[in-house]
Amino acid sequence: MRSDRSSAPLGLKIAAAAGLAFLHLPLLLIFVYAFTTEERSYQWPPPGLTLQWFAVTWNRPDVWQALGLSLKVAAISTVIAMILGTLCAAAVSRTKFFGRETISLLVILPIALPGIITGIALRSAFNLADIPFSTWTIILGHATFCVVVVYNNAVARFRRVSGSLVEASMDLGADGFQTFRHVILPNIGTALVAGGMLAFALSFDEVIVTTFTAGQQQTLPIWMLEELVRPRQRPVTNVVAMVVVLVTLLPILAAYYLTRDGDQIAGSGK
Amino acid sequence: MTTAVAFEKISRHFGTVKAVDAVDLDIREGEFFAMLGPSGSGKTTCLRLIAGFERPTAGRLSIFGERAEDVPPYRRNVNTVFQDYALFPHLNVTDNVAYGLMVKGVAKEERRRAADAALELVKLPGYGARRPGQLSGGQRQRVALARALVNRPKVLLLDEPLGALDLKLRENMQEELKALQKSLGITFVFVTHDQGEALSMADRIAVFDHGKVKQVGTPEEIYKTPNSRFVADFVGSSNVLPPDFVERHVGEKRWASLRPESVRLVAEGPGAIAATVISSAYLGGTTRLGLDVEGHRINAVLPAGEPCPADGKPVHISFARDDLHLMDEAG
Amino acid sequence: MSLAQSSAILPERGGVRGSLSDTVWRKPTLLLLLMLAPPVLWLGIVYLGSLFALLLQSFFSIDEFSGLINREFTFKTYGELLRPSNIDIIVRTVSMAAMVTLAAAVVAFPIAYFAARYARGKWKALFYLGVMLPLWSSYLVKVYAWKLILAKEGILTWLFAKLHLTWLIEAWLSLPIVGGNSLSVSFTGTFVVFVYVWLPFMILPVQAALERVPQNLVEASSDLGATPAQTFRNVLFPLALPGIVAGSIFTFSLTLGDYIIPQIVGTSHLFIGQAVYAHQGTAGNIPLAAAFTVVPIVVMGFYLWGAKRMGAFNAL
Repeated sequence: MRSDRSSAPLGLKIAAAAGLAFLHLPLLLIFVYAFTTEERSYQWPPPGLTLQWFAVTWNRPDVWQALGLSLKVAAISTVIAMILGTLCAAAVSRTKFFGRETISLLVILPIALPGIITGIALRSAFNLADIPFSTWTIILGHATFCVVVVYNNAVARFRRVSGSLVEASMDLGADGFQTFRHVILPNIGTALVAGGMLAFALSFDEVIVTTFTAGQQQTLPIWMLEELVRPRQRPVTNVVAMVVVLVTLLPILAAYYLTRDGDQIAGSGK
Repeated sequence: MTTAVAFEKISRHFGTVKAVDAVDLDIREGEFFAMLGPSGSGKTTCLRLIAGFERPTAGRLSIFGERAEDVPPYRRNVNTVFQDYALFPHLNVTDNVAYGLMVKGVAKEERRRAADAALELVKLPGYGARRPGQLSGGQRQRVALARALVNRPKVLLLDEPLGALDLKLRENMQEELKALQKSLGITFVFVTHDQGEALSMADRIAVFDHGKVKQVGTPEEIYKTPNSRFVADFVGSSNVLPPDFVERHVGEKRWASLRPESVRLVAEGPGAIAATVISSAYLGGTTRLGLDVEGHRINAVLPAGEPCPADGKPVHISFARDDLHLMDEAG
Repeated sequence: MSLAQSSAILPERGGVRGSLSDTVWRKPTLLLLLMLAPPVLWLGIVYLGSLFALLLQSFFSIDEFSGLINREFTFKTYGELLRPSNIDIIVRTVSMAAMVTLAAAVVAFPIAYFAARYARGKWKALFYLGVMLPLWSSYLVKVYAWKLILAKEGILTWLFAKLHLTWLIEAWLSLPIVGGNSLSVSFTGTFVVFVYVWLPFMILPVQAALERVPQNLVEASSDLGATPAQTFRNVLFPLALPGIVAGSIFTFSLTLGDYIIPQIVGTSHLFIGQAVYAHQGTAGNIPLAAAFTVVPIVVMGFYLWGAKRMGAFNAL
């Protein structure tokens, strides 16, 4: 690890700490607002604290429906993205072939270009091809931009798993399938799961593309967007916001721990 | 004597790069064979051709008399010790060693016993439960060796087996590998760029340059009678003498090689050649002198204890005609 | 150990599996094609196909009387795009993207620098998570949090009142362009939220770039007599620049295409994203919406081209 011999200058410490505080305080604020007794405005400090909005939210069928759709879309998109992303990463990292760079660019493009372009492009394609909106139109879009997350994770790991491991396995008598099952999969498994977790979080949270591909359906982010633009019951929105933060927290932490341990294992090969 | 591996006009071209170019080679059963050459000379590609990681673009490859060009690595009874060892990081030492038996469907108890025996053979008993990451470089290499030997290969390939070890470890390992090869009787083929290693370990050596085999022979043949300037230059520290020099003193217009220990310092007289000392290096057992002889650089080795002339001093040298080895290349 | 084994070449394994495995070994390109086909077909058909459909639509036009799309090739829609009111939208969006990128780089650098050079062990993990968590938490929740903060009755107004600085907010809000009725309906608000939401996208690549600067370069520089400021300017900054450019791809692109932030925290002046959304939605003018999206595509095309030349892709 590189580190300067002296400790950090005070100014740098303050700037870094302030930056981190800027990133986190707004999210913490969400937690306070979930308990406020104030119904009509965003008044600070909250006039009182209550748990009643949790019960109210619990009994709202529209929230449950939106949550259900979001989970379904995220799960299917993640599976598709994991398959496509892994295949692509394997191809790009195993061999040097003409057009490798182009493939990388193609995978990155759906998130490098603004989401609204992906969204309206899909919408206009559905329009031209007369495809009606359905859960599958949402999934089509989500899987497309989730591929890159799985791809990035897998490519990084493939790079670390030294190429001679595959040769060693074949040399010792394992055919292609056995090599995949006994050597490749165990070594990239955690990176794939981590990529999948992040893809899930990305899909679960996506709103920009979804507004163009959902038609009348409501995923949880679309439900929230509706509430932000035309608030009906602000405290319910507060509670949902807090739950969303907590729910996305888990896969992200899991992905972090998976790749951290995994890298130690894979890195110890040499 | 059976031929273990035979190359007949084998080429491996990568686009316009001729990594291996029309190579003929016979490796005999039970011998310790070295492929020596600078990096990029094609020796490693030859090893990978035997293992099956590469396929020849032309020529015939046979292993123990059977054609092998179309046989994938997992159907060749040939195993490799990789330069970076390529131990599976997710498996412990026992599972690494037993991997070959596992994919062949050998029962768990039996492969455990075989793995333990193989670890015993490479002097790492009791290390089975460790992970490759917890081993030193030398230990990893022993595991890699055990992992290859446990499959009882007909040919064992070693890619720069000692390259990553430090000097003392390397010397120990040289002796051990040689002893192991003698006791097991397996054909060993190893790749190295270190001529000392090749000379001390191998029964026979093939010297590679630019995708071609320059010379095949015993260490002594290669060392004493190199057939080309390249071999003389690359193997050992022979003096390479140009045709005009050789013509003046021996009469034939040919390239020649002369080992430094054959050069003697003598008093002025008939047959003696005038020289100037330009450098001297004390090497413990011997002293190496750098001499300027008629505009050519010639190295000489003096035994310890002999008086060493100072730099810049004029001296005279001579050598026995028999020690001068004329090479095939004409002037 | 007895090492006598019968054959040097083992028999073929047979079966579909064996022959498939052999075929793939004999023809490595086949395996490559098999692996590449699904992702390339998916991205090629679903994504590039859609982009192409979009581009195509931008050459259609809308019939002003019936409101129906006229599927004939024309540049009429692009003519419409170049109206002064639309040019305003484009200029507004691009300048916002540029300012957001600049601000994000300034705020991100100290965090990235500290994390890359000083944080060790536990602190390093904490910094990493400290950036990753906000990056991956819900975009809408983050925007919502700022609506709470910037609201007239919200925490910021309260905080400034406690510090007896209310006059400062009022003075700022009375300024032209950046000001407004309250922070949550001003460009200032839009700007702050943009910076907040895209900040992690800037920190990570900059940190990655800084971590690749070997420590001995910094030592060499100070050894040669450079002051810390000179070392920063002449050694660290140029080496971190590809990271900044990589990060700016995100901040710039994301700002160009966003239509939710300016809608929730902002003025009634439109950004490109909002214009696209409005034209394809209520107005049903998909050709004009499509033409609008060509603007960020072109801008990002140039941007990516420049970034690639600077080697920023390696820092992604």
